[in-house]
Amino acid sequence: MAVLVSTAINGDTVEFACDPHESLLDVLRNRLGLSGAKEGCGTGDCGACSVQVDGRVVCACLMLGVEAEGRDIETVEGMSHGTELHPLQSKFLEHAALQCGVCTPGFLMAAKALLEHNPDPTEEEIRFGLAGNLCRCTGYDKIVRAVQDAAKVMRG
Amino acid sequence: MQYEAPETTKAAVGLLAKAKGSAYVLAGGSDLLVRMKGGFVEPDLVVDIKRIKPMREIKKTASGFVIGAAVSCAEMNENKALVKAWPGVVEAAGLIGSKQVQSRCTVAGNLCNASPAADSVPALVAAGAKALIQGPKGKRKLPVEQVAVGPGKNALKKGELIEAIELPARKDRSGDAYLRFIPRTEMDIAVVSAGVNLRLDKKGVITEARVALGAVAPTVVLVAAAAKAVIGTKLDEAALAKLGEAASAACKPIDDKRGTIEFRTKVAAVLAKRAAEIAYKRAGGK
Amino acid sequence: MASESTMAHPFEDAPNHVTPTVIHDPILSKTDFRSVGTRPLRPDGLDKVTGRARYGADFNMPGQLVGLVLRSPHAHAKIKKIDTSKAEKLPGVKAVVTAADLPDHTGGDQSMYDILENCMARGVAKYDGHAVAAVAAVDAPTARKALKLIKVDYEVLPHVTDVDEAVKPNAPLVNPRMLTEGVEPKPKKASNIAKRTEFGHGDVDAGFKEADVIVTRSFRTEQTHQGYIEPHACVASVSPDGTGELWVCTQGHFVYRNHCAMLLGMDVSKLRVTSSEIGGGFGGKTHVWAEPVALALSRKANRPVKVTMTREEVFRASGPTSASSIDVKIGARKDGAIVAADATLRFTCGPYYGMWAELGSMTAFACYDLKNVRTVGYEVLVNRPKTAAYRAPSAPMAAFAVESVMDELAHKIGMNAVDFRIKNAAKQGTRASYGPVYGPIGIGATLEAAKKHPHMKAPLGKNQGRGMACGFWFNFGGQTCTDINVGPDGSVTLTVGTVDVGGSRASIALCVAEELGVPYEQVKCIVADTGTLGHNDMTDGSRGTFSSSMAGIFAARNAITVLRERAARMWEIPVEHVTWEDGHAKAVGEKYGNLAPLSLKEIAAAAGNTGGPIAGHSEIVADGAGVSFATHIADVEVDPETGRSKIVRYTVIQDAGKAVHPAYVEGQYQGGAAQGIGWALNEEYIYGKDGRLQNPGFLDYRIPVCSDLPMIDTQILEIPNPNHPYGVRGVGETSIVPPLAAIANAMSNAFGVRMTHVPMSPPRVLKALEAAKKA
Ligand SMILES: Cc1cc2nc3c(=O)[nH]c(=O)nc-3n(C[C@H](O)[C@H](O)[C@H](O)COP(=O)(O)OP(=O)(O)OC[C@H]3O[C@@H](n4cnc5c(N)ncnc54)[C@H](O)[C@@H]3O)c2cc1C
Ligand code: FES
Ligand code: FES
Repeated sequence: MAVLVSTAINGDTVEFACDPHESLLDVLRNRLGLSGAKEGCGTGDCGACSVQVDGRVVCACLMLGVEAEGRDIETVEGMSHGTELHPLQSKFLEHAALQCGVCTPGFLMAAKALLEHNPDPTEEEIRFGLAGNLCRCTGYDKIVRAVQDAAKVMRG
Repeated sequence: MQYEAPETTKAAVGLLAKAKGSAYVLAGGSDLLVRMKGGFVEPDLVVDIKRIKPMREIKKTASGFVIGAAVSCAEMNENKALVKAWPGVVEAAGLIGSKQVQSRCTVAGNLCNASPAADSVPALVAAGAKALIQGPKGKRKLPVEQVAVGPGKNALKKGELIEAIELPARKDRSGDAYLRFIPRTEMDIAVVSAGVNLRLDKKGVITEARVALGAVAPTVVLVAAAAKAVIGTKLDEAALAKLGEAASAACKPIDDKRGTIEFRTKVAAVLAKRAAEIAYKRAGGK
Repeated sequence: MASESTMAHPFEDAPNHVTPTVIHDPILSKTDFRSVGTRPLRPDGLDKVTGRARYGADFNMPGQLVGLVLRSPHAHAKIKKIDTSKAEKLPGVKAVVTAADLPDHTGGDQSMYDILENCMARGVAKYDGHAVAAVAAVDAPTARKALKLIKVDYEVLPHVTDVDEAVKPNAPLVNPRMLTEGVEPKPKKASNIAKRTEFGHGDVDAGFKEADVIVTRSFRTEQTHQGYIEPHACVASVSPDGTGELWVCTQGHFVYRNHCAMLLGMDVSKLRVTSSEIGGGFGGKTHVWAEPVALALSRKANRPVKVTMTREEVFRASGPTSASSIDVKIGARKDGAIVAADATLRFTCGPYYGMWAELGSMTAFACYDLKNVRTVGYEVLVNRPKTAAYRAPSAPMAAFAVESVMDELAHKIGMNAVDFRIKNAAKQGTRASYGPVYGPIGIGATLEAAKKHPHMKAPLGKNQGRGMACGFWFNFGGQTCTDINVGPDGSVTLTVGTVDVGGSRASIALCVAEELGVPYEQVKCIVADTGTLGHNDMTDGSRGTFSSSMAGIFAARNAITVLRERAARMWEIPVEHVTWEDGHAKAVGEKYGNLAPLSLKEIAAAAGNTGGPIAGHSEIVADGAGVSFATHIADVEVDPETGRSKIVRYTVIQDAGKAVHPAYVEGQYQGGAAQGIGWALNEEYIYGKDGRLQNPGFLDYRIPVCSDLPMIDTQILEIPNPNHPYGVRGVGETSIVPPLAAIANAMSNAFGVRMTHVPMSPPRVLKALEAAKKA
């Protein structure tokens, strides 16, 4: 039996019906057309599905769609404002912090949450803060540098 | 599958007690959803406890701390008083999964999931924590070491849930620590782990000790012999050596994809010693 | 790396193959670059940071069904019967397929037949995870229910998963018809050895007699997986008229098209394949698995079908790399000269024929100038998934063994490890151990750079050791087809057929912009579907940028010819008097010198009146990829009480020929090194006694996480490849080759233990440390 859920996604009120066993990731991707969050594992191990819920980063694959009721959800699709990119997005591009790019939405969401909680992280804090996001292409070097650089920009 | 998100513990217990098929409590979901995805469980009813207000709170009381069952490990780490009083417990909770998992996972869920490798459990056991259980027949309290009864099996009866975890007040000159061994730096399940809680007298001699080991037996084990090995000492070399021996002796591990019997037995000693040294320092010992 | 059907010719330098046709003036003229060597943003970047880019699973078709695959839970079992009747009757199920729905159209092509059987078991399931049936249903829950309703009657057969067990005389036979190839006389009795290959020259036995010191050792490496973050996904749509479309994440949509068309019995031209953005491949997306099944489901249901593998399926049933067992013997004189080298390599292939030991044999000693060398490779069949390529396939294992022995030998004769390698390094004119004679190469230069690198002199901390090792990869060129179309506004569309796995669109556009003399921003590079261009080989063998930039440059030259003609027509002067400079046509000669140059834009605007659209095409076999070498330096810290290791500093030095987009070259170096580090320390397939995979997930198949690694320093050397107009060599693969040995050598230098089993996981390291303590 489908359940009706009302939530806010990237600032917009969204209503959707879903089966109670469906993950938030399935809902975003299959019901709402928000395919920025990726399914790399479906079991919380890769972070490719990262989104923010009430200001905290979570794996959308480890949350039920029905749990979204009344929450505030942010996905990679809501990161830029109009044509203005979030500093993390710009810095990922500038530093070539993506190769295949499939991990990128997850990294951006996790890095955003990280910098919101800790605007001036050390390299070690960045590395541990992003340990839930797997990247197989880059060896993380350029990702860490992009986050460091974005943090600097965001601190002003 | 039916999903319910009641707002009171009573309603949650009522739903669980009445449930016909398989019913599961949903806290952070970081175990439950993985098992659902793998087809290992097919719940008929899921009761989400995150909308029960008292379960979302950490309360500091005269007798210690009461950590609501729906409090996430991230929230535990943000509670300064708790971090100060029980750094070992909070660190253990903070080791579970990634930042993403931390935003949702709970120590009560970690305990109920009853994995011998659960990170927060050895620390909770060493701390002498208790599970506050609510069920159709009322409330009961269980020492955490009695909650898990075997891999994946817990002592809760039908309709029962854990409402909160109770930690004792931090006594003076005492301290705790938790260490685990994983091959990577993050995102691994403990191959072996150790939680230690110590109390010293004014001279730095250990008067009380609790040592718990994870991933070396079907459940987390409280090792009385290891505690005995350090009580009455200032954690000198000889005491540490004895502690290590007692820890290794308490291991009844298995060979599996995560580690060998030999490795777990050896490293249990190493971690118990290292954790004891940190706890000793935290207790003010030199 | 190549898939089986193109396997016969991936290495243009290999013996018994045609010598490379030099398709460009071998004297490299170009050194002054304007675009090449800069670091602009990539054309697909914005879509990838905003979530707009469409990967394999991000695409849907109207009326699409969900396809799921039923897989064998047994390592080896006869399929006595499959009963699909209950599943077919389940409401919402639109098609069920088994091997019977994929009749054999391979016409005796053994490698294609292997692919067919690997996609869907035919009578025998040969590994845990082998597909046995599939369903398409209206939604995932219905499809899952249907899978449970399929009844398969198995007769479990004895199995073997271990490489050394499989070659024992009494081992269970994985393929009872397999008679070893490459031995004379051909054996009459079946075995698990599919093929023997041998490479080398000189007289090895005589060579060893001259040696003052000989080191002999045996090594083992466990099976690893490419570990791309995006699982395989496709959407297939086949119509009753025999035409079809396939949307798929792949490293080579043209090859997928050819394979799928053959397996389905379709005309190649009637199957149009579009490659999605690809979320990593590293060789693992060079092979079809679910795609022919999805097409068969769609054909039967007459509806589009989407098949997405779960992570567990990816581990159990895609194409991991080989497990290996290698014996190495090297002899040297006291002065450091190697006099003989010998290696025997056994590599697993899964249940089907492969060429993995062969590649290991070819690469093992490729870094060195050896008078007497021999390598023998054995392809070993086991009940594991069919091996696929993984970044410089087979070279990391071979290098682990050889580079470990090289260090040990240097130590024994009292020579510095770098100097010992420099003394024996291959150079221009060296006859490689696998046959060809090298042109200009970079092994010596990377070693010299390593020697001078500050990393080599930096102080080490407690429990830390430093090691180094070298690596080699052939690189590949192959069939390539590229188009350039000039728009009416003078902007340029560059259409390539090589899948962009990590920024190649930017690099290829840089080369074309360079050749046309226009800004990079004026060139838009896209990857075309199979209906738009001629055949292109896979993006493998580090060929993407090498071959497509080469074809792109040639296409640009052809376009320039057209542009000059058009300018001549606009000016009404003979075309011989028109040159092309800085993106403009210029009239030359006394008579015409005062004509103002015409820009690309102006010529394009007039195209309608001067002969129509302006385009340039190029179809080539991009020969002469140019071999690649690297030297790595690793600092490793080991906890002596737990055996746990941490990489504290890492440096990659590699020859790129010419780094077109240096940021993406660095990225390749870093990514390859990180994969090598994961392989060295923790990654491995763990099979139970029952032959089932124990760790099919990222929690227990441990690829490096961000906090496991330090920054990875890179140094790009540029020793131009004379066969490419700009000197480009492939850069994608070599960097995964040295880490295994570099790390083992670091451990040896720190603790005096020689690790011979990869991964060097904490239990193995601790055991070795304790054994050393006792000794
Ligand atoms: C990627 C990943 C990494 C992980 N890493 C670690 C790790 O490093 N260390 C570790 O120990 N664990 C790890 N885990 C496992 C898991 O995160 C922990 O066990 C976590 O503490 C579970 O808490 P939860 O609130 O998410 O539990 P849930 O999934 O909500 O519940 C777990 C089980 O307990 C039951 N339950 C939950 N709360 C109650 C209650 N109050 N009363 C009665 N029953 C209840 C549920 O019904 C379920 O059966 C990891 C999991 C993932 C996905
Ligand atoms: S898909 Fe959610 S963590 Fe991998
Ligand atoms: S860029 Fe490919 S996984 Fe990170």
